[in-house]
Amino acid sequence: MKPAAFDYVRARSVSEATDLLAKKEGDAKILAGGQSLTPMLNLRLARSSLLIDIKRAEGLRSLEADGSIVAIGAGWTHAEIEDGAVEDPTRGLMRHVARGIAYRAVRNRGTIGGSLAHADPAADWVSTMAVLGATLVCEGTGGKRRRVAADGFLQGAFLTQLAADEVLVAIEVPRLSAQARWGYYKVCRKAGEFAHALGAVIHDPAKNICRIVVGATDGPPKLLPRTAAALAADRMAEALDGLDREIVAVLPEHEPAAQRLHATAVRRAIAAMSTTMDH
Amino acid sequence: MSASSTNGEGVGARVPRKEDARHLHGRGQFVGDLAMPGMQDVAFLRSPVAHASIVSRSKPAGSDGAIFFHDDLTGTLPIITRSSIPGYKVSDYPVLARERVRFVGEPVAMCVAANRAAAEDLTETIDVQYDELPAIVSSDAGRAAGATLLHPQWGDNLFLETSFDSGLDQAVADAPVKVELDISTARQTMHPLEGKGVVAHWDHRAGQLVVHTSTQVPHLIRAGLAECLGLPQALVRIIAPDVGGGFGYKCLLQPEEVVVAWLALTYKTPFRWIEDRREHLVAGANARQHQYRIKAYADRQGRLLGMDAEVAVDVGAYSVWPFTACLEAAQAGGNLPGPYHLTAYRVKTYSVATNKPPFAPYRGVARPGVCFAMEQVIDAIAKAVGREAWEVRAENLVPGSAMPYTNITNKHYDSGDYPAALLSAKEMIGLDAFRAGARRDARGRYLGIGFASYTEQSAHGTKVFAAWGLPFVPGYDQAFVKLTPDGALEVRSGIHTIGQGLETTLAQVACEVTGVPLSTIKVTLGDTATTPFSTGAYASRGIVMAGGAVARAGEVVAERIKAIAAHLLQVTPDAVTFRDGRIYAGNASLSYADVGRAWYFRPEQLPDNVDRAGLEATEGYKPEVDSGLFSYASHAVRVAVDPDTGLVEILDYVIVEDCGRMVNPMIVEGQTYGGAAQGVGTALFEESPYDANGQPLASTLIDYLLPGPVELPKFRIAHRETLSPYTKFGIKGVGEGGAIAPPAAIINAINDALAPLNAEVRDAPASPKRVLAAIEAARSRADALAGADA
Ligand SMILES: Cc1cc2nc3c(=O)[nH]c(=O)nc-3n(C[C@H](O)[C@H](O)[C@H](O)COP(=O)(O)OP(=O)(O)OC[C@H]3O[C@@H](n4cnc5c(N)ncnc54)[C@H](O)[C@@H]3O)c2cc1C
Repeated sequence: MKPAAFDYVRARSVSEATDLLAKKEGDAKILAGGQSLTPMLNLRLARSSLLIDIKRAEGLRSLEADGSIVAIGAGWTHAEIEDGAVEDPTRGLMRHVARGIAYRAVRNRGTIGGSLAHADPAADWVSTMAVLGATLVCEGTGGKRRRVAADGFLQGAFLTQLAADEVLVAIEVPRLSAQARWGYYKVCRKAGEFAHALGAVIHDPAKNICRIVVGATDGPPKLLPRTAAALAADRMAEALDGLDREIVAVLPEHEPAAQRLHATAVRRAIAAMSTTMDH
Repeated sequence: MSASSTNGEGVGARVPRKEDARHLHGRGQFVGDLAMPGMQDVAFLRSPVAHASIVSRSKPAGSDGAIFFHDDLTGTLPIITRSSIPGYKVSDYPVLARERVRFVGEPVAMCVAANRAAAEDLTETIDVQYDELPAIVSSDAGRAAGATLLHPQWGDNLFLETSFDSGLDQAVADAPVKVELDISTARQTMHPLEGKGVVAHWDHRAGQLVVHTSTQVPHLIRAGLAECLGLPQALVRIIAPDVGGGFGYKCLLQPEEVVVAWLALTYKTPFRWIEDRREHLVAGANARQHQYRIKAYADRQGRLLGMDAEVAVDVGAYSVWPFTACLEAAQAGGNLPGPYHLTAYRVKTYSVATNKPPFAPYRGVARPGVCFAMEQVIDAIAKAVGREAWEVRAENLVPGSAMPYTNITNKHYDSGDYPAALLSAKEMIGLDAFRAGARRDARGRYLGIGFASYTEQSAHGTKVFAAWGLPFVPGYDQAFVKLTPDGALEVRSGIHTIGQGLETTLAQVACEVTGVPLSTIKVTLGDTATTPFSTGAYASRGIVMAGGAVARAGEVVAERIKAIAAHLLQVTPDAVTFRDGRIYAGNASLSYADVGRAWYFRPEQLPDNVDRAGLEATEGYKPEVDSGLFSYASHAVRVAVDPDTGLVEILDYVIVEDCGRMVNPMIVEGQTYGGAAQGVGTALFEESPYDANGQPLASTLIDYLLPGPVELPKFRIAHRETLSPYTKFGIKGVGEGGAIAPPAAIINAINDALAPLNAEVRDAPASPKRVLAAIEAARSRADALAGADA
């Protein structure tokens, strides 16, 4: 369980990283916290002749805030988000999510950008950013930037919209208003384990937002607009009633037992909303 | 001896472990910590398929001396484990695959390079063509008519088939109550914190092959290795340094051990192989997988009248050395009746060859499985007669008044009060208050309490092992004790400490009999060159056997110390006593150094009749009755079961155990916690599933779940201390016990919780999937009934 030989470069800037990515034409990989990449290299499930370490690259630990969003550099770690070193515009949701990722040792190194780029369907940030309606900022060679909606960034398990020469540089997280409520629930067998099913809910009446996501599926997280609409209209009973059907509709490939488990995760996320006010 | 004679450090003292300081400071020395000039790393190319003929194999030109196939290993013999049991079939376990591979992970080629990564690179340059055969992935499939044979010359896939029948007809005829259960436990890996590891080199000065290996049984490995390499044993020295857990995984001679030693023998330079987690998860998936079909008969009170059982063990492809592929089934058949009074019993056992790694005895050996099965039987009977499970259990347990008691399979229970332990557990868990309360908690989870009782045969010796037909049979364990010139004590034993604290407990025993302070007693273990023979650390035997031997040798040395001291103090030996770390006669006293100095350096001070053997002795020990000492316990657990996720939370866990005289209660508790943690793993988490092609589906710790601190309850332990009539100090073994009962207690608690839903889980681990499936099955049964009514 040792990786095949590779070269290592510490990129000083995003443009150095994107240039190297372009030059190596797919045979180079970005290394961030290494918490997903290094196990895969060790198992030789991933190979690459060059690792481009972006931990010290300028700009990836930026924080830019205005009245409507906070743009979080991709290089911030789960632990820093957990500890509040990064401003949390989500009324505690992000800190809560960060605290539930893996173990502290993993959180000390793993980055929010790495988690999103890795695109494990069970990863916490993947569902969280989808439910928040966040926007991912990707930069390619020549400083070319694109902004991609988090909902839709995943194209499948471990597959994203990132082009071969692109680096994820920041995540623009919309601010929730003071009255917003959220709920988040993971079904795990043990602490620090990836979720088997995940539900995330945001209800921000002031901004007219009510979004529900079911995550830890076989692919991208799915929005549940019908259930969300009923919830937004304060028709809780109807929302919960229709949930099972909507889950079946958005996850048709899942076994019935898995569909039920995902419905449970969402139901509990909705229930958690009333108890997760005011963090 | 009284506490003052040993300064409160002798047998029974709750002293901290001597070995912990180095471990807590990170200064332990494990195989992986060894470095030698010129040492090369070994990696194995392992079979990617479960069952196949090898059609061809080739390595790149110029890789001789770096890549080895079976035929390159001139002079090595396969691992062949014979047994004297009639009907047992011998497997040839080649140290690298020969014409066939029989499990995913079987070593096919060995690669050597300057470091492990480079050695792994070499594995990728090898081309092996396989002609795949159907894989046998369950004991049922292995026994099916027309099954593909793993060892074609056998004619079937059975290493061994055994039966025992005391006659059941009367019980069947008399029984108003009959329960029938199908029960299984999953395949597991043992997961010691430190995996297997070997560093071998040739010692030119000693003219010896020196093998540092992470093992529980250094003296056995010496014998086995010498046999496989065709060497005289005098040319082989085994050193087991710090061993980070063994659990049975390290009581075997492994093919990797043989071939790495062969490299050192052949090239006379150092070689190292350190098992990684993936190798362990794939090639080390070798424990626990049992299948039971049981019919039990009882009267209307729930008293057991008879039991009819079939046990199949999925023992994998080969027979391990020296414990064979059949130890597990032998124990399963013999121990299934457990702590109960049973008068009619029939059992058939099958040790079935499958395309999986060779089975090894894991902490508790077959007993977690038999306890899991038997305790479900008791609960099922209780349910059938409408009584509380603990009551039915208590009435069926062998009572204290019957001790010593020989059970239906001829196990001799030496002492104890089994029902009393159960009653304490019932009180501690608060069953009555629980029954008076709600069945569901505020979160809608179902609540339940479960019990399990067991006996743990420990330190079983000559008679038992001879009956199991193993290639070695343990007899007397020996120990060496010596007073040094400066008055310290050296203790040497051929047993090994693998985390169970023997450096401390053996010192406590030596302190008890010699009065030498614990701090100046040095225990040496694990090196065949410096310790007397012992078959090693397994079967919860260490403190009984090595402890007994240290006591014997220590007593001999103590007598000689007294004789010299008496002469120096001008009294008779019987006037000499040990106290507060000194030697007294009345008010006059000597230090141990005074005596040591007299013997070694001032012989003119010695009496004329001084014993010429001096201040050292090697003595052997085995208990007066060596059929095993039976420790026992009752566990009780309270759980919450989430009916929507299938997740089980352990809310409270109590253990009432009795292992005879406790040499160090803190160590007994540590052993119990650790064992119970592994038991929780068996109960709820750990599983190495295989697909239909024999591919292991849990090859990383993402898929193989081990319980962590968060998942484990705070085990509450209470002790009983019933001495064994047969051993020094009344000690019994305790190392394995904790692991035995948790699966049974937890499954019974889950089924108690799910009783309102009529759902029952019968298989371990009780994963969310199994729990949810049981609830679904109960629902569809109920729906079908409702449909029929309508
Ligand atoms: C034991 C364990 C438990 C875990 N449990 C959880 C859990 O419960 N929930 C959870 O969400 N996660 C979990 N994880 C994953 C963890 O969150 C990782 O930190 C995260 O998935 C990857 O982040 P990283 O910074 O370490 O990325 P790396 O491992 O360095 O990289 C991951 C992948 O993303 C690419 N990449 C990284 N950064 C960028 C970038 N800025 N732009 C483009 N590509 C990039 C890399 O090339 C690589 O392909 C766990 C990990 C471990 C080891």
